[in-house]
Amino acid sequence: MEEVRERVISLPRLGEPAPAFEAVTTHGVLKLEDFKGSWLILFSHPADFTPVCTTEFIAFAEIYPELQKRGVELLGLSVDSVSSHIAWVRNIEEKTGVKIPFPVIADLSKEVSLAYGMIHPGQSKTETVRCVFMIDPNQIIRTILYYPLTTGRNMDEILRIIDALQTRDKNAVATPANWRPGDMVIVPPPNTQEMAEERLKQGYECIDWYLCKKKL
Amino acid sequence: MACISPDGKPTESGSKMLRALQSGLGSPEEIAREAGLPLFRVRSGLRELTQAGLANQKDDSYELSPKGIELQEAQ
Repeated sequence: MEEVRERVISLPRLGEPAPAFEAVTTHGVLKLEDFKGSWLILFSHPADFTPVCTTEFIAFAEIYPELQKRGVELLGLSVDSVSSHIAWVRNIEEKTGVKIPFPVIADLSKEVSLAYGMIHPGQSKTETVRCVFMIDPNQIIRTILYYPLTTGRNMDEILRIIDALQTRDKNAVATPANWRPGDMVIVPPPNTQEMAEERLKQGYECIDWYLCKKKL
Repeated sequence: MACISPDGKPTESGSKMLRALQSGLGSPEEIAREAGLPLFRVRSGLRELTQAGLANQKDDSYELSPKGIELQEAQ
């Protein structure tokens, strides 16, 4: 009886190393390791020359200076050729005056898309859905967002998550719902009864021993 | 190729990197600062310049190869 072997690709998960890749982009051949030491937002879009994706590319270009201030690079991806990407970003600049400053992967082989689980056959068998992978300077995946084909992404939320992750790394705190930079942050829960009692004397704003906030 | 055009000549970013190498800078970080390019572009570009025989890599540092020196002197 013939043995059938199937390659099972495990999707990347939070806290795990981002899958390595080497890909043709609008800025030449790039490897994941080229971004080591910077934060990286790797995002996929369904196709070039489509309306929602065009609004997103303009929006990503608009937040690019804010991302740069935070040490974050952007890298787009779709299952299109590099010629198509070049034509599209030139068209965006010609029609809207917005220059796309970040590279875009031409993933015709779908190698990167499959490694990152960007193709969801229930939505499309050939196009990538709107994924966002936030990868930290040690190349660990810190956030994964998936949006459907018909819903454009929210750039404020993307910036907010980057701010929250960087605040967490710098100060060893967590951030509450709807947190914005400047808001109070959550002190990590105590591990012992003694710590819980001490916490109440430390001047934090506490609802109870397990939920204390402080200003940074 | 982002640093070498199809006609074999360095692109603008390739030329910036070659000039930085000629001035004695060797690490990708130094070259990125000098050339005003993102670090990821420089890492990728240095790989290309090395493959094209214009630069040599020594551990984490780069330098112009004899072919790269010849090209820069002809500029």
